[in-house]
Amino acid sequence: MSRPETTAPPEVFYNDLESKKYTSSSRIQHIQAEMTLRALDLLTLEPHQHILDIGCGSGLSGEILSQEGDHVWVGMDISPSMLAVALDRDVAGDLLLADMGNGIPFRAGTFDAVISISAIQWLCNADTNTADPKKRLARFFDSLYAALRRGGKVACQFYPRDERQIEQILGAAKASGFAGGLVIDDEENKKNKKYYLILTAGNVTTNDINLKGIKIEKQPRRTAKKNKREETTKEYINRKKELMRKRGRLVALDSHFTGRKRRPKF
Amino acid sequence: MKLLTANFVQCSVKACSATPKCFPLHFDQQTADVPLELAHEDVDFSPEFVYNMLPRIDWPALTTTARELGNNMLPETKPEIENPNAPEHEQLLRDLHTLLLETQIIQGSMRCENCGHIYFIRDSIPNFLLPGHLVQ
Repeated sequence: MSRPETTAPPEVFYNDLESKKYTSSSRIQHIQAEMTLRALDLLTLEPHQHILDIGCGSGLSGEILSQEGDHVWVGMDISPSMLAVALDRDVAGDLLLADMGNGIPFRAGTFDAVISISAIQWLCNADTNTADPKKRLARFFDSLYAALRRGGKVACQFYPRDERQIEQILGAAKASGFAGGLVIDDEENKKNKKYYLILTAGNVTTNDINLKGIKIEKQPRRTAKKNKREETTKEYINRKKELMRKRGRLVALDSHFTGRKRRPKF
Repeated sequence: MKLLTANFVQCSVKACSATPKCFPLHFDQQTADVPLELAHEDVDFSPEFVYNMLPRIDWPALTTTARELGNNMLPETKPEIENPNAPEHEQLLRDLHTLLLETQIIQGSMRCENCGHIYFIRDSIPNFLLPGHLVQ
């Protein structure tokens, strides 16, 4: 299946037709409910909390927030059609039309927890010529950190395109001051593999995150030194050439003969 | 939008979020095509939630918002509650619940004091999308 992220920007992709299809599909409803329950399970919240739902869409995940633990939630989404469906369904939470890449428009310490189901991978796309994913991610996580109370928790389920997107999102979250990591469910099953980004703002001591039966994937960090030790002669030559070019020296052009041995036949 | 949420939203422009003027958003200037409209919607009463939220509510901002919406009845200082289940506080908690959770702003506009940007509310959904020149 093609990724909706590559088709069109979210506010265009989720038009009236697509929003209705999305919300009425029992398969999607089931998956959404499962993921929301799993995210809540990971967060282990006390009842009666104030929660933000990022990319709430038609409020499928919000309904579960109201049912489980009697939380009061605020949802934000960029697609007016999705929010219109939410209005029709008469959801309990407040709705906001906003772009998460422009920041979370809430003052400091507003929320106890934040959940987001299948949304934050959209931040990695540049939909307009002025949008810079790196800046949008930074703005998103900075304002998210501010909007949470100290000790607040975040669970974001997302569909990364590849390893680089995971690294990009994790890096941006850590740069904003969050602690936490990635939880991967159903790791062996390529189709049903689910990624949850679990973050905490400030020190969480009172009610910790539920880490039973969870594998937090550790990214083996390749240091510069290790990189150098493992590189081939050709990589070494190319690296040095690149460095000299950066310093403004005159360097021979790269060709497919670069870094090859001169054998007798040559 | 609930009055509770109105007590937390601030201007979404990056340059504003560093200044103290970005909060609260003001309801004092309304336009003719989107007139201010409030409604009462019943929400299940939960004393614990109101009690949990009370320390986080910015009381001066709430009185300002209420005044701009036409309610001058709020006291100047924040009421204090020690125990959410004590019977003497129940009426107070119920009043706060009605004010914060059951008062809905159906339509109207909010203004940022710092940059002057106006956020419109339609069908009780505020629009926080920014025009291109305000995105940084």
